[in-house]
Amino acid sequence: MRDVAVIGIGCTEFGEHWSTSFRDLFVKAGTLALEDAGISGEEIDALYVGNMSAGRFVEQEHIGALIADYAGLATKNIPSTRVEAACASGGLAFRQAVIAVASGMEDVVVAAGVEKMTDVGTGASVDMLASAADREWEGFVGATFPGLYAMIANDYMHRYPLTREQLAMVAVKNHENGARNPIAQFKNRITVDTVLSSSLVADPLRLFDCSPITDGAAAVVVVPLERAHEFTDSPVKVLASAQASDTIALHDRRDISTLDATVAAGKRAFAQAKLTPKDIDMLEVHDCFTIAEICAIEDLGFCKKGEAGRLTEEGATALGGEIPVNTSGGLKACGHPVGATGIKQICEVVTQLRGEAGARQVDAEIGMAHNVGGTGATVVVHILGA
Amino acid sequence: MVGIYSYGVYIPRYRIKVQEIARIWGANADDIMRGLGVFEKSVPDLDEDTATIAVEAARAALRRRTIDTEAVGAIYVGSESHPYAVKPTACTVGEAIGATPNMTAADYEFACKAGTAGIQTCMGLVKSGMIPFGIAIGADVAQGAPGDALEYTAAAGGAAFVIGEGETIAEINQTCSFTTDTPDFWRREGQSYPRHGGRFTGDPGYFKHVQGAARLMFERAGTSPKDYDYAVFHQPNAKFPQRVAKLLGFTDEQIKPGLVVPRLGNTYSGASMIGLAATLDVAKPGDRIFVTSFGSGAGSDAFDITVTDVIESEAFNRAAAPTVEQLLANPTYLDYALYAKHKGKIVMQR
Repeated sequence: MRDVAVIGIGCTEFGEHWSTSFRDLFVKAGTLALEDAGISGEEIDALYVGNMSAGRFVEQEHIGALIADYAGLATKNIPSTRVEAACASGGLAFRQAVIAVASGMEDVVVAAGVEKMTDVGTGASVDMLASAADREWEGFVGATFPGLYAMIANDYMHRYPLTREQLAMVAVKNHENGARNPIAQFKNRITVDTVLSSSLVADPLRLFDCSPITDGAAAVVVVPLERAHEFTDSPVKVLASAQASDTIALHDRRDISTLDATVAAGKRAFAQAKLTPKDIDMLEVHDCFTIAEICAIEDLGFCKKGEAGRLTEEGATALGGEIPVNTSGGLKACGHPVGATGIKQICEVVTQLRGEAGARQVDAEIGMAHNVGGTGATVVVHILGA
Repeated sequence: MVGIYSYGVYIPRYRIKVQEIARIWGANADDIMRGLGVFEKSVPDLDEDTATIAVEAARAALRRRTIDTEAVGAIYVGSESHPYAVKPTACTVGEAIGATPNMTAADYEFACKAGTAGIQTCMGLVKSGMIPFGIAIGADVAQGAPGDALEYTAAAGGAAFVIGEGETIAEINQTCSFTTDTPDFWRREGQSYPRHGGRFTGDPGYFKHVQGAARLMFERAGTSPKDYDYAVFHQPNAKFPQRVAKLLGFTDEQIKPGLVVPRLGNTYSGASMIGLAATLDVAKPGDRIFVTSFGSGAGSDAFDITVTDVIESEAFNRAAAPTVEQLLANPTYLDYALYAKHKGKIVMQR
């Protein structure tokens, strides 16, 4: 297996792109990534694109060919593959690209993620997202994602010392980071009171505990580490790429407050990289809801179960804290175009490791990205090093 | 110069509170009131519809000023809720005020801005010398499906503006429009209630078009917000006009008299015209008023208006018809059951 490096990243602004189409979003992110890598489309050997539900959001399937075509690569006839694992589609697309390069099959591979969610109404969007859970045993009986994560939050708060205020502090911290990120959907700073006085969505989760509906795309270029210096002076090395799965339905889990797939993928990633949580300088976790960030920090091994709320309150996860979490603003403030999120996380880690994060820059040489599909039925974890 | 010769408003006396609607649907009324800035909305009586409201508004305008109704050469009624799909409301108004038969008439539809489109049409006819007077009316018994977000605001009411030349109470210095094909809100033939694109109705709909028309007006008139004493915007809720006013550089004070939506609700085609009427209720000679309507689909009409001395002269009797404030005062509140009956939502067996 060859070592792999990221040589280019690109991300559209995240938000409500009313006048930009699905394909235009992808092309914009791809162009930015190629410019950043200093390569032309002609040099691309293969494409992987993470996308959850274009078939339902914009009634377009066959995304692999579509993006290769609109990237101007139709006449080059390169392999182009769509990857789907609900909200983990982006992280998984990155993993496929890493595997393709590591195996020696391909050299220059683009991993992208794209989702255009605002072409449908909120109700339709909530229903499409529910297809990431078990449709027969969860969706058909009325469970939505806020509902499922509310069950996790209720169980967690019953068993561990997490206060409602500490949960709100996750969102406050992520909005603070989002305010410093030019591509973030929400750049407004909020207070604990903002969260606690917002509309109740699914008890105990309120509007400001939930990530938004977002349009956006992100792309990265990966190459064999041995060739990275042909393209850049600051390649970022992929130190680990791990993936795990679990039961699709939340009620079939061993423990609904611990995402076993996160635990498994985290352990595999640390083993691959020969590192421990102490070695990680910053991490992007999948905070689709505030409770998800709390669980992720613990399940990845950064603290014991039940301690992440206190760590958040103490500022350990803030910029400049012991272990900055979601410097991009996370899914909560940066936005959550589901298929693009996993790639955006890689972009953020690379930006931080290159020292190009501006007002949200943290001191980091090793970073981690944690991308979840559904309520934890798929988890992808990557560790990157400067 | 062409301008407003008289104006009149009609608002049904019935109201339903946001709390009462929220009670039925198990929604949080405080969240809704905070989100919309609307607390109650008007409800028509059992026998009131867009035609009766349009007639009442036209009669109020004619009470304020003696006009030879035979000189009214055109009547346009803008509405989303004309009682007939085929058969004009404008003819009913013409007959009721004695303006028939030597006149032209038509019903307009452009979501919430059909009434201001009528003002523009009348301006053209008057300015070209084709007619001495035209009456433009915006009126609605607005539709919002039970349980839909629109139900909290869809209200009833209307305003009539008599457009003429010469001794006007307010001169319309300029008008311009900003129009695109934008599907933010619609109702197809045969459907009872409109549908909408949720948040899509905001930035790509309301804000783009209102700002588009407003900035075009600033450019053409060579004005800026500080040149106006008052500003009136289409008001589907209180938040949209407040936000667009701020974006354009108007102050809360400038929009205050014309912001009637918190106690009235959204009267659709009547909304910006009732807001203008409420502003004229308090305006003094020399006051300059900026008006921008908005209709989904989508477009905005902007008007640059200057109030004249005539508004305080003997020729015009503002007190002869109730002000918007008087029409909003002392309402009769309905519970949801009576509201449902008033709105024809209870289907009777025959």
